[in-house]
Amino acid sequence: MTAQPHTDPLPASREREGPAGRVGEGRHAAIYWTGFSVILALLVIAPLVLPEFWRRFLTEILIWGLLAMSSDILIGYTGMVSFGHSAFFGLGMYGAAASLTSLEPPNLWLAMLFGLAAAAAVAGFVAYFSTRLRDIYFAITTLIFSQIFYVVIFTWTEVTGGENGLTFSRPPLALPGLFSVPFTSQTLHWFVVAVVTLSYLVLRRITQSPFGMVLQSIRENEPRTRAIGYPIERYKIVAVMLSGLFAGLAGVLYAVQNQFAAPDFVFFLVSGEAVIYNVIGGIGTLVGPIVGAAFFLLLREGLSRFFTEYYLIPVGVIFVAMVIFMPQGLLGFMRRWLNE
Amino acid sequence: MEFLQTIPFDQLLIQTINGIVTGMILALVASGLTLIFGIMDVVNFAHGELFMLGAYFGVIVLGATGDFWLALVAASLIIALLGAAIYLTTLRPLLGRDPLTTLLSTFGVSLGLQNYALWQFGPVARKIAEPFTGHFSLFYLDYPWYRLVIALLSAAIIGALWLFLKFGTFGIWIRATTQDRVMAQAMGIPVPWVLTVVFAIGAGMAGASGVLFGPLVGVNPTMGLDWILKTLIVVVVGGMGNLAGSIAAAIFISLLEAYAALWVSPAQAVIVSFVVLILTLLFRPTGLFASSAK
Repeated sequence: MTAQPHTDPLPASREREGPAGRVGEGRHAAIYWTGFSVILALLVIAPLVLPEFWRRFLTEILIWGLLAMSSDILIGYTGMVSFGHSAFFGLGMYGAAASLTSLEPPNLWLAMLFGLAAAAAVAGFVAYFSTRLRDIYFAITTLIFSQIFYVVIFTWTEVTGGENGLTFSRPPLALPGLFSVPFTSQTLHWFVVAVVTLSYLVLRRITQSPFGMVLQSIRENEPRTRAIGYPIERYKIVAVMLSGLFAGLAGVLYAVQNQFAAPDFVFFLVSGEAVIYNVIGGIGTLVGPIVGAAFFLLLREGLSRFFTEYYLIPVGVIFVAMVIFMPQGLLGFMRRWLNE
Repeated sequence: MEFLQTIPFDQLLIQTINGIVTGMILALVASGLTLIFGIMDVVNFAHGELFMLGAYFGVIVLGATGDFWLALVAASLIIALLGAAIYLTTLRPLLGRDPLTTLLSTFGVSLGLQNYALWQFGPVARKIAEPFTGHFSLFYLDYPWYRLVIALLSAAIIGALWLFLKFGTFGIWIRATTQDRVMAQAMGIPVPWVLTVVFAIGAGMAGASGVLFGPLVGVNPTMGLDWILKTLIVVVVGGMGNLAGSIAAAIFISLLEAYAALWVSPAQAVIVSFVVLILTLLFRPTGLFASSAK
C-alpha cells in the first residue's frame, strides 16, 4: 500500500450524480442507519429477555458471524475464496490461551493482543505464499496452509496440549484503574456485541475506502486493475492479513466465551463453515455472513433434534441447493424479493 | 556423513518400497482428481469421500461374496455410478459458472457423504482382509506380497487410463473436449455425455484405490479427509490438471514422507509434504513437474 493510487479506481458514482441522486442517497442512508440502530438495540436488549441457553446461542452466532464477515472481505470484496480461515481463527484462540495460561493475572486485553498478534503473524505467512495464486489455486493453498498449522498444533503436545487443547479461566472484564468485574453471560454478550459492531463498522468503512475500492476492482477485473498501475499482490496480501486479523479476533472471543482452545477449531472444516455462512447469507454484504451464521446455527440446532449428530447430511444438501439455486444467498434473495 | 551412517541401509530400502507403494495408491487417487480438473475445471472436494465410500462398498461386497477381486470391480463400478449421479445433480447445473462454485458445491457433497458414512457404518474402523497373505523376507522383515501387488495394480490402472485417453475413441473425444469444448460439440462429440463419463471414471478410480488401500489400514468415515488433503497437495505440486506431473509428485512426496518417518513420527512426517508444497509455490507455482513452456 506504499504506492499511493493515482486516482480513485472506481469513480465514486454517487458524488457525480445530480441532486436527485443525492436525495435518494440520503434517504437510503437514513433507512440504513435506522435499521442498524434497531438491530443493534435488539441485540443489546436480547440477553435481558432471553433464557440462558439462547443468550449463549446468540453470542455464539455473533462470534461465528464475525469470522464469516472477516472472510467476506476476501470472498465478497476481493473475489478470493479462502478455505484457510480456521488457521487464523484457531491461532487467535491459541494466542489468547497462551496469554491466559502463562501471564498472571489473566488480562482480557493482553489476551486479545496475543491472539491478534498470533493471527496476524500466521495471516502474513499464509498471505505471502497464497496470494501468488488465484481462484481455485488460492482456495486450495489456503486450505493446505491451515492444515499445516493444524498438524503442528496437533502434534506439538508440550506447548499446545495436543489433541486435548488448553483450558483456562475467563479473565475479568476490566479497564485498568477504572473497574474490574467478572464476566457474566450478559456482560459477555454485550462485550461481544460491542466488538462485533465495532468490527463491522471498521470493515464497512474499509470496504468503502479507496483501498476497498481497489479490492473490488481486483474482483471485477484483475488484469485491468494491474494495468492501471496498482500493485495487485500487495493489495491482496494486505486484504488477506486484514481478513485474518478479524478472524483472529473472532477466535479470541470464542476462546474467552468457551474457556478453551482446541485443535478441532484449526481444522479446515471450520473454514468450510465460514464459507458456508457466506454463501448462505450472501457474499459481499458483510451483514449477510452474520445472517448466514444465524441461519446455519439455527438450522443445525433444529435439525440436530431429528438427526442427532448426523445433521450435516441435510445441511450439505441444503448448502448444495443454495449454491445452485440461490447464488446471491438469503440476503440477496430477500433484497430481490423486496424490490419486486 | 556421520549423520547418514546412522541410518541402516536396510531400513532405507524398506522405506523406499513403502514410499513407492503408498505413492502409487496416491497417484491413483490423484490422477482421478487431476483428470476431472484438467478436463472440466472442477475441483472435486468430494473425491476423498468417494475413496472412502469405495472402501466401504469393498467391505460390503467382500462380506457378501468373499471375493476380493469381485469386491474391487463392483465397488469401482458403484462409485463410478455414484460419481455420475453426483455430477448430474450437483455439477451439471453449474456449467458455465465460476469454477469456484464447483468447489463449494462438492464441499457440500463431501459433508453430506462423510456424515452419511458415519451414520450408516458407524465410527468404528472396518477391516478388509487381504486377498492373499503371502510374505517374502526383506532383511529382518516379512514383507507382504500384497503391498507390491497394490503398487503394480495401481500402475496398471493408470497405464490403462493413459492408453484409453491416447488411443480409445472415447479417449480422443475426452482430449478434444479438454482442448476446445465448443469446437468438440460442433464436431459432433456428445460433450455433456463425455463430461459425465469423465467424472464417473475419476470417481471409479477413487473407489478402486479405496478398496486396494483398505487392507493396509482400517476403513473409517474420516479417511476421506486425510486423503483429499494429500491428493490436493500432490495435484498442486504436480501442476493442476497435469496427469504425469501428479503421478510423479505422488511418488516423490510419498518417498520423502517415508524417509522422514525414519526420524520423526509419521504424523509429523506429513510436514515434509507441506514444505515441498511451500517450496513449489515459492519457486515453481505452476507445478514442480510442469513443462517449463507455459
